[in-house]
Formats: sequence, structure tokens, C-alpha cells
Amino acid sequence: MNRIDASFQSAKAESRLVLAPYVTVGYPTRESAVELALAYVEAGADMLEIGMPFSDPIADGPTVQLASQIALEGGVWLEDAFHLVERIRSHTDIPLALMGYANPFMQFGLGALARESSAAGADGLIVPDVLPEHAHDIESANARHGLHVIRFAAPTTPLARLRQIGQGARGFIYCVSVTGVTGSRAQLSESLPAYLARVGKATTIPRVVGFGISKPEHLRSLHGRAEGAIVASALIDIVQASPPGRGIEAAAAHVRSLAAAA
Amino acid sequence: MLVTRALPDAAGYYGPFGGRYVPETLVAALDELEASFQRHHRDPAFVKELESLLHLYAGRPTPTYHAARLSRELGGAQIYLKREDLAHTGAHKINNALGQGLLARVSGKRRVIAETGAGQHGVASATVCAMLGLDCVVYMGEEDVHRQALNVARMRVLGADVISVTSGTRTLKDAINEALRDWVTNVETTFYLFGSATGPHPYPRIVREFQRVIGREARAQIQDLAGRLPDTVIACVNGGSNAIGIFSAFIEDPDVALIGVEAGGRGGDQGEHAATVECGTLGILHGARSLLLQDEGGQIIGTHSIAAGLDYPGVGPELAYLHHVGRADFATFGDADAMDALQLLAQTEGIIPALESAHAIAGALRIAPEVSRDHIILVNLSGRGDKDMETIAARLGTRA
Ligand SMILES: Cc1ncc(COP(=O)(O)O)c(C=O)c1O
Repeated sequence: MNRIDASFQSAKAESRLVLAPYVTVGYPTRESAVELALAYVEAGADMLEIGMPFSDPIADGPTVQLASQIALEGGVWLEDAFHLVERIRSHTDIPLALMGYANPFMQFGLGALARESSAAGADGLIVPDVLPEHAHDIESANARHGLHVIRFAAPTTPLARLRQIGQGARGFIYCVSVTGVTGSRAQLSESLPAYLARVGKATTIPRVVGFGISKPEHLRSLHGRAEGAIVASALIDIVQASPPGRGIEAAAAHVRSLAAAA
Repeated sequence: MLVTRALPDAAGYYGPFGGRYVPETLVAALDELEASFQRHHRDPAFVKELESLLHLYAGRPTPTYHAARLSRELGGAQIYLKREDLAHTGAHKINNALGQGLLARVSGKRRVIAETGAGQHGVASATVCAMLGLDCVVYMGEEDVHRQALNVARMRVLGADVISVTSGTRTLKDAINEALRDWVTNVETTFYLFGSATGPHPYPRIVREFQRVIGREARAQIQDLAGRLPDTVIACVNGGSNAIGIFSAFIEDPDVALIGVEAGGRGGDQGEHAATVECGTLGILHGARSLLLQDEGGQIIGTHSIAAGLDYPGVGPELAYLHHVGRADFATFGDADAMDALQLLAQTEGIIPALESAHAIAGALRIAPEVSRDHIILVNLSGRGDKDMETIAARLGTRA
């Protein structure tokens, strides 16, 4: 069984949310990204989203843009993403989902991407700018290697389209919490519960909420409404705000408090 | 005979180019835009209002002018200029801004956003929003804010909010990133008035339809003036809106050569030019699959052109397709060629073109001497040079 599916099964049995911190390939540095990822695992992450930087990340707010820019200036390539996945995989069995924008993936080649991701130990791919109607090639290439290509839902997605997205979806549905880009938010949208209920009506695939999740209370409010949560900008903000050399420890401490609420 | 008026297909593709590569959040808005465009663009009342605005407000039809002195000077082809520089606000961008502005009004969304490079699309958007009573926010790269300061002042006088974008290369590419982020955030209240024939489906089609008026007029005008169709049509190409606007009337005439001119900047080295068709490879940027300037890892490469409106690493999908099937040719002329062309046009005809349009003139200067005197070249003079006078003066100053 794909590790993503297994993870949602056991979280369900324990009435827990699947907590997925986000790690940028090449950030804080090419070397320390693996330390950051392993610190998150140690702190109780159930899954990791491993983000490959792109020069023009239109779905990302200033925080993820900054981490991407630092990583690109450090010279990261997609090969570094596979390498990071491989190193994380040698220490843990939790699911790893490789996130990236369409263009770097397409240049690498979709067949090679699926093969290398699978060989490195990834379990899924998240591509925010490829819609299901354009995803046939990438979905079938990855299915051959047992990898899930994750589909998205947004607050603006009508119910009929949510049903189409649900059909053939694998692993989980990435439910973008707000109309907007990534970035830590103090409060979750008031319309989030109704929207998550709409997704739940359209599909039985687990719902993972992302964009804006930053605090344990956010996770507590998602119990019974979603099956998981992704946390990105809030953690990068902590790394950025910490004194040199202390970022990993501080971000991991935050993951620990999130895991306690998951 | 190639027929592209049936394109794009239902998914927004022109052969291998186009489509819609956007975050899920934008899908509903793009669907809504497509439906609204389908419903209105042939609706007699909408067409009548747009035509009336193009005529009485924007000053159309713009003339097609025989540049007789320039032609004589070159000793070859007869050069005709489609004078988009004479349209209200000084460039072809007003045609599309009026069309999309009317779509914005029927959408009920009162906030309009736009991206701009040279500032011409920003000025056109600010103008139309002022006239229709809509709020306007324009994203512009910091480098372009400096080099097109006059247009920034115009936008502000027109009541638009100009946001200087400091991410990435601080040019048009990054202005589009920021505009898309705004749209993803405010999609329920905001209409994105996209400026070129690129971006996610249905924008390339909408922009082509609203710029088609250039070719429609030019075709009739050249037949009036010269008694026949041109042999060659030349336009500068960034996203490709002025080019597809004029080409669209001649695509089905196999004897009319179509030539797009891209910015050669300072030379052939990576990052020094914006010759996307000549040097680019297939990729995905800003919602469309098309040719791009990118590195082997699929990261987008910075560009350079003296013309802010050509300084972009992508090209619209329909132009990429016309190139792909061999219907359009592309050439590259650099900063120095554009400056020389600008001065020659100014001094033989008394017309100072925009630096973007000067690239198309440079293309005509190259071809004209090599062909006979009955060869007709039609150049889309997409805009006027007022906005560029500081750049031009500085450049001439350093040369003097
Ligand atoms: C006068 C003028 N011509 C041409 C362009 C290039 O755009 P496009 O390729 O969409 O015509 C611009 C863009 O700013 C412009 O201002």
C-alpha cells in the first residue's frame, strides 16, 4: 500500500489529523534541509511535503518565495530534491510528497520524474499549476510507479467540479484553505468548515488543508472537518526569525506543539 | 491553407501550445470569463458599444500611412505603417483594454488589476477604468517603474494605484507573478485585465479577438492605398498582442509573409536578450505552455531589452504555433538596431516610434533594400515614443 494511504488509515484509527510540515529543497541551506526535515520527523510529523523551488511561484506568498529564492541562489536542481527525499527516506517510513511547479518537472521529463521520485522513496507528487484536466500524462506516468498525484480543491471550486476532481483522485485532496497564496494567517476563514463539508460531500478521499495553517488551535478546529493539514510558511517564518544556528530547533519545537494538537 | 481562426481548441490549445496551467482557485474565474466572452463578443449590443468606443473614444480607425521618404531612402520596398501610435493613449493596448473593460463591467466586479511592462497596457487599463468608473491597480516591475516613469505618472493621474514589484528580475515577468497572486487572493471581486496574447486560456483568444481590429483595418486600407495585399507584414513581439492583431487578417493569405521581431537586447548571451522564439524551448509559464527562455532545470531566465515592453522570457501560444507550423518567421534585432531605426524613422518621416515598435521598423529596414520597389512591407507601428524619451535621450547623450 502507498505510504500516504497507510498514514491516513492509521491516523483515522487514532482519530488524529495527518500533520505534514513543508520543507524547501535547499533551505535553510543545501546541507541543512535534511536536518530540518529529520527534526520535523522527530517532532512528530506524519508526512512531509518536500518543495522544489521555482523561479516564478505564482501560488506562493512572500515567505515561501523567500525560501525558494535562497535555495535557488544556493544552486538547487531537481536532482537535489531526489537526493533529499532519499536521505530522509533512509531514516523514516512516513510518506513523502514532492511538490513543485509544472515547468521544472516537465523539463526533467514526466517519465523520468516518476521513476526518480519513486526510486528516491517518494510517495506522491503535488503540482499546484497542473489541473486534473491537464494531468493525464503525469498521473499515468506516476501510477506506473505507485505514486499518487495529488489534486487540489479551492473555496471557489463548484460542487460539480469537486465531484470530478474526486473521481480518480489519489491519496488526498489538497484543500486550499482560502482564496489566496501560501502564507501564515492568524485566523482561518470563517467559511472553511462549510467548504470542507462541500469537499466531503463530493468525495471520500481524505481532505488535507493547506495555506495559512500556523497554530495548534487551527489544527484543533479541523478535527472532524478534515483528515490532515500542511504547514509551510509558519515554519519558514520561525526559521527566518531565529538567531543563526537556532532555526531548526525552533521550527521543530513548533512542529511538536502542532503534533500535540493534530 | 492554414486556418487558425478555429483555434484554440476547447481546452485552449494551439497545437502543442496554450492550455491553462493555473492554481485551482482561478479555474472558476477563467471559466466565467470564457463564458462571458462567448456570450458577449458577438452580441450586437456589445459589439456596437465597443465599436463606438473604438471610434469616438480611441480615435479609430488609425491610418495606414505610406512612408515614402523612408522607402526612398532605403531604395527598395514601399513601407507602410499601421499607425497604432495615433490611437488614444499612444499604443495598440487600448483596443484590448476597451474590450476587456466592457467585459469587466458586465462581470459586476468593480476592481480591475493589470500588469504592465512598458506601461502602455497599464495606461490603457487605467484610462478605460477611469472612463468606466472602475478601480484600477497596476503591477509594474521596479526597473520598469524607473525607465517608464512618464507612464507611471500618467497612470497615477488617471487614478490608478501603481504597485512597484521588487521580486525576481523586477520586470514584466515579476509584475505578472504579482498580478496573478493578487487575482488568486481577490478573485471573487477582481477582474484581471490581461495585456498580451498570452497567459492561461481564454486570455490569448480574447486578446487576439480584441486586437484583430488592427489587421482588419490595415487590410482594407492597404488595398485602398496600394490596390493589393502587402508582401510582408512585420510586427514586434513580446507576448504578441500587436503581432497577432495585425497577422490575424493575413494568416489565410499564403503569399503574405508574416515576420515577428523579437528583442535581441545586448547580444546572444543568456540573460542579455528576449528572443524567446529564436532561443526558447517548450515550457510552462504564467498559465500557458509555450516557448520560454529557461535553463536546463526549468527555471526561468532573466531577459534584457532596451524596450521594457519586449523584456519578457515568454511568447503567446498562437505565435509559437504559427512559428511551429512555418506560417510566421521570426527575427531578432537588438537595442542598437532599434535605436538606429528609431532615429531614421524620426528623421525621414517625423514619427518617433516606441522602442518596442522600433524593433519592427528595424526588421523593415533590413528587408526593404533587398527587395524590389513594388514589394510592399506593412509594419505595425504599435506605439509612440513619448514614454521612451528619457531612455532615448540618455542613450543619444552617451553616444554624442
Ligand atoms: C508600444 C508597444 N508595442 C508592443 C508591445 C509588446 O506587446 P505585445 O507583444 O503584446 O504587442 C508593447 C508592450 O508593452 C508596447 O507598449
